[in-house]
Amino acid sequence: MTMKLSLGPILWYWPRQDVLNFYAEAAEWPVDTVYLGEVVCSRRRDMKVADWVDLGRDLRDCGKEVVLSSQTLIESEADLRTLRRIRDNGEFLVEANDQSALNMVTEAGLPFVTGPSVNLYNTATLRVLLRHGLKRWCLPVELSRDTLADMQSALDDEALHAPVEVFAWGFLPLAWSSRCFTARYYGKPKDRCEFVCQQHPDGLPVKSREDQDVFRLNGISTLSGARYDLMRELPDMQRLGVDTVRLSPEYEGMGEVVARFDQARHGVMPERHPLHLAQAPPCDGYWYGRPGMEWSHNP
Amino acid sequence: MELVCPAGSLPALKAAVDAGADAVYIGFRDHTNARQFAGLNFTERRMREGMEYARKRGTRVFCALNTYPQPAGWKHWTATLDRAVDLGFDALILADMGLLAHAAQKHPQVPRHLSVQGSATSYEALRFYHREFGISRAVLPRVLSMDQVRQVAEHSPVALEVFAFGSLCIMAEGRCYLSSYLTDESPNTCGACSPAKAVRWEEKGDELEARLNGVLIDRFAGNEQAGYPTLCKGRFDVEGTTYHALEEPTSLNTMDLLPELHRLGVSAVKIEGRQRSPAYTGQVAGTWRAALDRMQADPEVFEPAPQWHRSLGELSEGGQTTLGAWTRSWK
Repeated sequence: MTMKLSLGPILWYWPRQDVLNFYAEAAEWPVDTVYLGEVVCSRRRDMKVADWVDLGRDLRDCGKEVVLSSQTLIESEADLRTLRRIRDNGEFLVEANDQSALNMVTEAGLPFVTGPSVNLYNTATLRVLLRHGLKRWCLPVELSRDTLADMQSALDDEALHAPVEVFAWGFLPLAWSSRCFTARYYGKPKDRCEFVCQQHPDGLPVKSREDQDVFRLNGISTLSGARYDLMRELPDMQRLGVDTVRLSPEYEGMGEVVARFDQARHGVMPERHPLHLAQAPPCDGYWYGRPGMEWSHNP
Repeated sequence: MELVCPAGSLPALKAAVDAGADAVYIGFRDHTNARQFAGLNFTERRMREGMEYARKRGTRVFCALNTYPQPAGWKHWTATLDRAVDLGFDALILADMGLLAHAAQKHPQVPRHLSVQGSATSYEALRFYHREFGISRAVLPRVLSMDQVRQVAEHSPVALEVFAFGSLCIMAEGRCYLSSYLTDESPNTCGACSPAKAVRWEEKGDELEARLNGVLIDRFAGNEQAGYPTLCKGRFDVEGTTYHALEEPTSLNTMDLLPELHRLGVSAVKIEGRQRSPAYTGQVAGTWRAALDRMQADPEVFEPAPQWHRSLGELSEGGQTTLGAWTRSWK
């Protein structure tokens, strides 16, 4: 069976119209699953839960599986209220991105999937969630293909069905804080941030004093400075029984990225002429059990 | 309110007990706990000695098993957990859902505390861990403000423990993968952040460079105090500005908040720092013992003594302390 392609939730803060335009294009792309929702910061309110649901209906009508993603770091009662609205959407599967969301969906007896920031590091953990209706799980970003292979074979042995998704392209979400690092860069308090992160649709690069890309700031989240790219690993993923390959949205060039992964999953290695993307080196270290920033294919 | 102190060695455990800790938390000498440092932590023999010393003085001992085992390590982690139970610890501090399930099934009689590495930042998350694994206490991540902790405390199904003093993690604990991005070790996978094996110091003229797996984390002028290159506390370049882009070297100190924490019904305050010396452990534990005793005698009029702040300030990273996420201005 051909692996599915998914578009992860937009991690950045784009203006509402840009979000709508992005998904209007995405409706035509060869992706099977689309994750919708604000997963980073509760202050980003251009799109409300009801707006995501509306958008979800349009995308479903275009044949996409739609999943509503929950905020990764839950801090306040208001965050919990938003989470309840996501749980109660009545139409779409929920991607639980923390234990607050896990509690809500499991208490309600709803099926769910987990995102890359839920720590599923072993099959004992998977068994707990499978009992409650886990439909698919995303491999945590720091885990390797060897760990995935171990998990897959243990699941096979126990005849457990747990489709797995792998975050395979984009800047890796690596940390969440209550502090907003973009506001900090601008010398603004988080409560009065003036939404400066909207000026950086692909985040704010953090470099070492030797000009090495180290991290990327995006509000309260910190991402990898290099772009994770597992396109060459798709045949291996296919052998490992990976169900879905996740691509993380970027502001420029995403349609072409999807097109290339679509070719690759059908066994055609696409030409490697450069794409128009935010400048960043590639990395794939995590997949090989090495420091995440490393790149195993020298030119 | 209980004082929970760290110990990375038997002398540190004794120092904490002697200084008045109500409980001490320790770990095995391997990847099974979140302070895996060369030469640190306990053999089983030392654990027994430590527990005997603590028990005689009325102090409880907890075992931290708060990293996330992968399939290749599963047998080792569960065997270690089973050994901890045999040794008779008063509680296990766990983060991984699989290990929590193992402990709840196999050793239901041993109290289970949710480690800060379990990343529970709301009462909904606590309800999940409580319902699924019967935890009796949880350590809250250092990302919540006082108002947020109040909401958690009002609805929490379990006792709460919060960080009182020590190194400040600014990222939600248990979900920070920055260390394994630069090196091959993280707190989750092997209990290490910015591991010493990856650190390299280099003198370049008048300057001292601190590298982590080759990445320049900071560069110190001759007159600057050079701190350990923890990756989130380095100086980086953002669009031409060089600064502590994530956080400055600083320690968390919540002593001013004690009366409020008491009012919220917080059950325990935790000192960070199993990697610290016995002298440090004893000094910090003693200071907090004095503060807790005075606060509990009369919470309404409690104010920290200036010498307590002074002595904690001297023991802090970069010589400075912060209230961190407890105050909105920090965010």
